[in-house]
Amino acid sequence: MANESKREVKAAIERSAEEARAQARRVLAIRVGILVALLVAVVTVVNVFSSGAFLTPENLTNVLRQITYNAILAIGQTFVIITAGIDLSVGSLIELTGVVMAQFANAMPFDGFPLIVATLLVGLAVGCGAGLINALPVVRLNLPPFITTLAMMLMARGLAFKLSHGRPVGLNSSSFNNTGIGFLFEGPLRHVGLPGIPIAVLWMAVLVTVFAIVLVRTPFGRYVFAIGGNEEAARLAGINVRLVKTMVYVISGGCAAIASLLLMARFASGSPNTGIGTELQSIAAVVVGGTSLMGGRGSVLASFFGALLIGVLNNVMNLLSIESYTQDIVLGAVILIAVIFDQLRRRYLTS
Amino acid sequence: MSETAPLLRMEGIVKTFPGVRALDGVSFEVERGEVHALVGENGAGKSTLMKILAGAERADAGTIAVDGRPVTIDGPRAAESLGIGMIYQEFNLVPELGVVENILLGHEPTARRIFLDRTAAEKSVTAALTELGIALPFDRPSRRLSVAQQQMTEISKALVRKARLIVMDEPTAALTEREVEALFTLIGKLKAQGVAFVYISHRLEEVPRVSDRITVLRDGRAVATQPTAAMTPDEMIRLMVGRALDTHFPELPRVPPEAPVMLRVAGLSALTGPNGIDFAVRAGEIVGLAGLVGAGRTEIVRAIAGADIPSAGEIDVAAKRLVVRGPHSAIEAGVVLMTEDRKGQGLVLGMTVRENVTLAHLDAYTRGFLVDRRAETEVTAREIAELSIRTPSPEQIARNLSGGTQQKVVLAKWLIGKANVFLFDEPTRGIDIGAKAEIYGLMLELLKRGAAIVMVSSELPEVLGMSHRVLVVRDFRIAAEFSRGEATPDKIIAVATGVAA
Repeated sequence: MANESKREVKAAIERSAEEARAQARRVLAIRVGILVALLVAVVTVVNVFSSGAFLTPENLTNVLRQITYNAILAIGQTFVIITAGIDLSVGSLIELTGVVMAQFANAMPFDGFPLIVATLLVGLAVGCGAGLINALPVVRLNLPPFITTLAMMLMARGLAFKLSHGRPVGLNSSSFNNTGIGFLFEGPLRHVGLPGIPIAVLWMAVLVTVFAIVLVRTPFGRYVFAIGGNEEAARLAGINVRLVKTMVYVISGGCAAIASLLLMARFASGSPNTGIGTELQSIAAVVVGGTSLMGGRGSVLASFFGALLIGVLNNVMNLLSIESYTQDIVLGAVILIAVIFDQLRRRYLTS
Repeated sequence: MSETAPLLRMEGIVKTFPGVRALDGVSFEVERGEVHALVGENGAGKSTLMKILAGAERADAGTIAVDGRPVTIDGPRAAESLGIGMIYQEFNLVPELGVVENILLGHEPTARRIFLDRTAAEKSVTAALTELGIALPFDRPSRRLSVAQQQMTEISKALVRKARLIVMDEPTAALTEREVEALFTLIGKLKAQGVAFVYISHRLEEVPRVSDRITVLRDGRAVATQPTAAMTPDEMIRLMVGRALDTHFPELPRVPPEAPVMLRVAGLSALTGPNGIDFAVRAGEIVGLAGLVGAGRTEIVRAIAGADIPSAGEIDVAAKRLVVRGPHSAIEAGVVLMTEDRKGQGLVLGMTVRENVTLAHLDAYTRGFLVDRRAETEVTAREIAELSIRTPSPEQIARNLSGGTQQKVVLAKWLIGKANVFLFDEPTRGIDIGAKAEIYGLMLELLKRGAAIVMVSSELPEVLGMSHRVLVVRDFRIAAEFSRGEATPDKIIAVATGVAA
């Protein structure tokens, strides 16, 4: 009898959970819907002003290709920022890994696909290793990540310049061409007016999907949120806080290495000054996506949309031949407005 | 306006939160020089009512009048200028600033309008404290003051701002008996000067000692307001819970003599203070740790649970050696700690009930690489039903729950595992009577399953009523042990205060 009623209560509670999740999905759908509607409106207006230059398959593909690097950096940055940390080193890690990978690739006797894989592994080793060095003083000595990653930013950039003597390291092998500028399904998609799917964009899509799932659906992702929300409670729950925090910096360094490989492949060289300012761009994408710098909240998908929004703006302003100084002003204003808007929306939802 | 109007009159206050009607037309009055106790279970609406008075929340409907004049309290500044001072359970002091700076914060005297005038500041604070008869050290940051000293700082801060009505939320929760006496003396003195108090407390035995009138809130309604002399404690409890409640502790089952030792601690020491601690707890037994606040009880259970790493000593759990490398090794061995500070250490407030409940045992709810949300929801729903956790859904954010409900979520987090040694640190602190009884019932349930329990408690009746044995802790050592039959309040206090050994 008592068991009977308990089972009914339990079923009712489970139903309420279903409803709550359905409600959350609706809210998300509305949010995405608004974003898409806004985007469409802006694009239509811009398209008229740019006399149709924006809404061409080539240009849209271009936008996606341009945001690839920033979106990939933003993935790692999202993990770090949810733990209430920050990674300032990703920009110079692009440079360091780029130079190292280019020199490595040039020194290897073999070519083709094995070379790409080997180079990527070397780049990942350097990027993830740097992430590890970022994390150790943070988890062992409780130093602020702002400081350790700032130090890494300077060291990695200096090392990149020393290794390359300040000049881009040209790639001897042409195996990388496809990775950076190649397309998939060129033939079939030509018929519908598309240039094909850029391989770099495919990299981005795969990484965003995989890491979005890692963040939302795996225990590791749950721990990332728990640590950002209440590190002490997470520790007392038996979570290996040091390991999880170390992993987020390793992921961030790894993302820098992959972004660097794509950049290197695109320009056929590893350059010691391609990464300047990209760390801030990636933070901007995360913040525009609505992730709180206080930690405990955030989403890979939202950061991707943040990067997309910034990318579209850049592209549009280029098409409209707006000079670069004005572009910076507009971009800064958009970041501020996006964050204010997000804050207001949150306040409205909670009251 | 007129002399007969009360100092404060709140009428028909309504406040709704998503899914909850927190206040449903509450009226509440305070006269000059009166101590008005506000009692009720967790979630009855006490805090919300006081937050509205302090300007931290806005009422959806209702009026507030001060001295008979209608007022709008749209923020903390407005409350302050009306002479309303709030002293929350968690103090609002700037930890790095001293007593003088904290008391005068925002009202600093300046020399030539630019520079802080330290001499004038110290002089005015000294004058104010002398008048109150309080001595506070000026030479250290407030984070290094005792809880009682921080509280005195808060009271002085309110009085320097010319507060005529001071709201105190659970003021004695972390005070020793002597500090409580000092606080009541001060309240009496201020009362004589015409300062009024709203006194919120779960310690019902102290309410009659300090208050003139009592208002009981239940489910967002004021169910009674009566002079203290006219309300017996039993009646107060009946009004709070809406039914007569057995206030006695449940009958503790006897520990069978052949019951195995579940937890054995020998020579345990830690850098946080514990020094050569020895004791053992058998299956089906509750051992109470009594002692003064700061005696080291919390540090002892933290060291056992790996929250702090022990520096020496041995811990055996069910006759197996436990090497504590952190909370995870204790949890794996079946030892769990329910900390005193729920919000700071027990819960991730931004996460849902479901996510909090499974946090410490997520591996059990993972299939392949992915968390199995359906299994999570199932176990959470089970715990919500078992512990009658008052939440609209497993997806509710923990921040939106009341204190007692949050405590139950913390309990659920540890109950879903396979723990057999439970360390409770002040399990009923700041919790209403109904929830207390439920938690005692749960402890008995755990005993039946063969668990061993160590309970740290500052409430003597609780220690006496809910322990098979009582260990008295003083200066990070176990100073005495009493069996259930021997333990009396006098003996425990004598040992705890160092009067007897």
